[in-house]
Amino acid sequence: MASSKTITVDVDGVTYTDDVEPRLLLVQYLRERLGKTGTLIGCDTTNCGACTVHLDGVSVKSCTMFAVQADGHQVTTIEGMAQNGKLAPLQEAFHQCHALQCGFCTPGMIMQSASLLKENPHPTETEIRDGLEGNLCRCTGYQNIVAAVKSVADGVQYNDSGISANVDLVEDQRAGVS
Amino acid sequence: MTATVERGGAEIGKARLRKEDAHLITGRSRYTDNMVLPGMLHLAMVRSPYAHAKITAIDVSAAKASPGVFAVLTGADVADEQGSLPNAWPVTPDQKAPNHPAIAVEEVAFSGEIVAVVIARSVAAARDAVELVDVDYEELAVVMDLEEALTDNVLAHTTLASNKSATWVFDSAEAGTGSSIADALLNSDVVVERTLYQQRLIPAFMEPRSTVVDPTGEQITMWSATQIPHILRLMLALTLGIPESKVRVIAPDVGGGFGGKLQVTPEEVITVLAARRMGKPCKFTETRSESLQVGHHGRAQVQRLKISATKEGIVTGLDVNLLADMGAYLGLITSGIPVLGAFMYNSIYKFPAYRFECNNIFTNKPWTDAYRGAGRPEATFAIERMMDELATELNMDPLELREKNWIKHSEFPFTTVAGLEYDTGNYEAATAKAVEMFDYQGLRAEQKRRRDAKETVQLGIGVSTFTEMCGLAPSRVLGSLNYAAGGWEHAQVRVLPTGNVEVVTGSSAHGQGHETAWSQLVADRLGVPFENVEVLHGDTQVSQRGLDTYGSRSLTVGGMAVLAAADKVIEKAKVIAAHLMEANEDDLEFASGAFTVKGTEHSTSFGEIAFAVFSAHNMPEGVEPNLDSEATFDPVNFSYPHGTHLAAMEVDTETGAVSVLKYVCVDDIGVVVNPMLVEGQVHGGLAQGIAQALYEEAVYDDAGTLVSGSFVDYLVPSAPDLPHYITARTTTPATSNQLGAKGVGEAGTIASTPAIVNGVLDAIRHLGVKDVKMPCTPSRVWHALQEAKTVEGVQ
Ligand code: FES
Ligand code: FES
Repeated sequence: MASSKTITVDVDGVTYTDDVEPRLLLVQYLRERLGKTGTLIGCDTTNCGACTVHLDGVSVKSCTMFAVQADGHQVTTIEGMAQNGKLAPLQEAFHQCHALQCGFCTPGMIMQSASLLKENPHPTETEIRDGLEGNLCRCTGYQNIVAAVKSVADGVQYNDSGISANVDLVEDQRAGVS
Repeated sequence: MTATVERGGAEIGKARLRKEDAHLITGRSRYTDNMVLPGMLHLAMVRSPYAHAKITAIDVSAAKASPGVFAVLTGADVADEQGSLPNAWPVTPDQKAPNHPAIAVEEVAFSGEIVAVVIARSVAAARDAVELVDVDYEELAVVMDLEEALTDNVLAHTTLASNKSATWVFDSAEAGTGSSIADALLNSDVVVERTLYQQRLIPAFMEPRSTVVDPTGEQITMWSATQIPHILRLMLALTLGIPESKVRVIAPDVGGGFGGKLQVTPEEVITVLAARRMGKPCKFTETRSESLQVGHHGRAQVQRLKISATKEGIVTGLDVNLLADMGAYLGLITSGIPVLGAFMYNSIYKFPAYRFECNNIFTNKPWTDAYRGAGRPEATFAIERMMDELATELNMDPLELREKNWIKHSEFPFTTVAGLEYDTGNYEAATAKAVEMFDYQGLRAEQKRRRDAKETVQLGIGVSTFTEMCGLAPSRVLGSLNYAAGGWEHAQVRVLPTGNVEVVTGSSAHGQGHETAWSQLVADRLGVPFENVEVLHGDTQVSQRGLDTYGSRSLTVGGMAVLAAADKVIEKAKVIAAHLMEANEDDLEFASGAFTVKGTEHSTSFGEIAFAVFSAHNMPEGVEPNLDSEATFDPVNFSYPHGTHLAAMEVDTETGAVSVLKYVCVDDIGVVVNPMLVEGQVHGGLAQGIAQALYEEAVYDDAGTLVSGSFVDYLVPSAPDLPHYITARTTTPATSNQLGAKGVGEAGTIASTPAIVNGVLDAIRHLGVKDVKMPCTPSRVWHALQEAKTVEGVQ
């Protein structure tokens, strides 16, 4: 057995101290040790983006980092996005814009989109598409994902009563991206 | 069949947001690999590096001694228990198939085939030990190419006398559905002959396949990333000789399928075998590389085609001769895929003569099986490419040629040359709408301008019209094609004491949104709030009967079962309501979730009836105190969605780079329950169809090794690779089901591939290019352009 190392990581606002093998990937640490199964694994070549989380506020593919590299850092996963029972704007937008089907790419897409908007709060459609290049989705064909990100960038407010009114809004939103 | 339909409810046609999303956007998903059970062991597979070899010896001693390893099983260890993996579709009585063990015993026939399994306390320990299993192979010659396989010079299996599994033929003259193709080819003004290639594709669902088996307790419980929990349970029982009642299969959240999870996999069988041996829960999750290497693939056909026509452009016949790559084994419905396609080669056109022959061929590659559209995309590609070739030959606009040959709206119902009865369709309307939205004339003018100016970036317009058979399937039709199962679907509707409703469906979703759509159906029918309906699926213990999800059958078959069950609930509730209200049944009306005595205010709600049934204090004589019902729906006919897709393609003649300038599709899928879900299905389908045209291909080297074995080489398109789609619909309700729905899951995929390729060729045909094989990568396009230049230079 390889020697283990003690790490201290803040994940979604809770500090964890654990002994980990040096070869343990961050995504495995999150899923297997912390039970944070919202972060998913879709490939073994750092191509799909299903495992995307934030490290100190910036998106990283957690299958591309070792857990030991997160020592002393702050990690946010999809499970840390909703605050006080309220969905993050991107989570709400993905729902409103039908930007997910099977949902497998969704946590990674949301994390990547959040990072993208932080860097560029008002991206064009092309900038959104380019920003999501490292995240694969096999179900949606991307159009509604782009619409969801755009709606947050444009400050569209989704209220959680009055769904039908929202749907009109979202239909406009989905139709409007070009 | 003309049923009077009450479509008055407020829910049908409404873009309800999905019930499924809440847990998926917050990271509370339940994909199989998220599952952890106490004492769970982990599996890793030892796979053959050779595409064809004899296994002469296996030494597992070092692996067994490796830390954390509980056991290593070889094919010989489980020879008595593993049976042969199922093929449920013997297309001909004399179909040949090799024995198909989950763990190979003597011979491996494709690269990646499993030769042993390591069972250990962690994934890492299992994978480490895989490296220590020492297998001696005696390499055998491989056969990869279909034409070569046909010669039988090299056999894909030494146990078979030939690489041919079956030959399946349809001839319109013999079937009595049309005239002789030989005559048509002989007597027509023009005959165009082409060979087209359907490259091998990998379904590439985003969630790798994963299975957990818990053998503790009275039953074996399996969680699996599968589209087919019901079929899987039956097939596991048959394969392993376990009574069905002792197997429970659960498909929790499933991360995409597209046909790729419509299988009984060796890994599932092995996980059951391992769990039984160890008496502990076992898990196997494939890596992406394994998924690409050994998950079943799709398409993989050589299409040799002849189309004949008069000089005015009236098609007189189509001859199709297909070589279909089975790969090394027959999976669940491998052999049936080209046969399904056979019924769609005539597409929306009415010509008198048709002959189809497919030869199902074994090669040393993973087996092929269903992939989005399964047989129908291949057929549509062939006919739509041939229509364009014919239009070129006759110097005619491709839309004009199609219009001359399609079945007119006034001619429905129409029996096709392949023997199907199309109930309804309106190709004129869909095409007119698409042409307008696309600005067909404007783009043709722009195309001419760029041609005349000899611009570097040329413009091509790709036309594709299509229809498909959905609602798989009338059981009698499947029977006539030798498929082992029926095509019905089952549902239960249960009214709870509070008046809330549970719907149990046999059609198990993997991203399509059944929970939302079925809630709408039931809310509409029973007049209960959408929020008060709960949909249960994907667990054979909960939904006891079902035939699962594939072939755009969910709404047109599964949804009909839900409606039929809901109607039975209303019937029964009426008897109880009459009793409670001391009224005559005939005087009662049912609307908005309540029974009212006609012409009065006297009414009783669903909730009141539900509670009366629960308390059972005052039931009518002889009526059981429950408000549950079930229904099994067997469709009388397929449904036939159709559409017109138009693509404007830009091709850079210097670099070969291809891009989609504009994509318009108009689909007619009949009555829509939830337009938002429909739009999502269309978008996803388009992405996969465009991907076949431009990006994806499973490539092998001569030794039979998959070269495109990871997402680095197998190019699933990402957001910047795909265009913004412009979608619209026309609505011609289906008459084959009460709702008028037709099915939408595969439409985008089927129509987009030929639209894109026709567009690419249209951009560069005037430069002498005759064909570009899929995927039309920049290098392929560039080479085609160079070759055309050379040929022109010689002339
Ligand atoms: S799992 Fe990390 S990029 Fe695919
Ligand atoms: S929603 Fe299924 S992969 Fe994106």
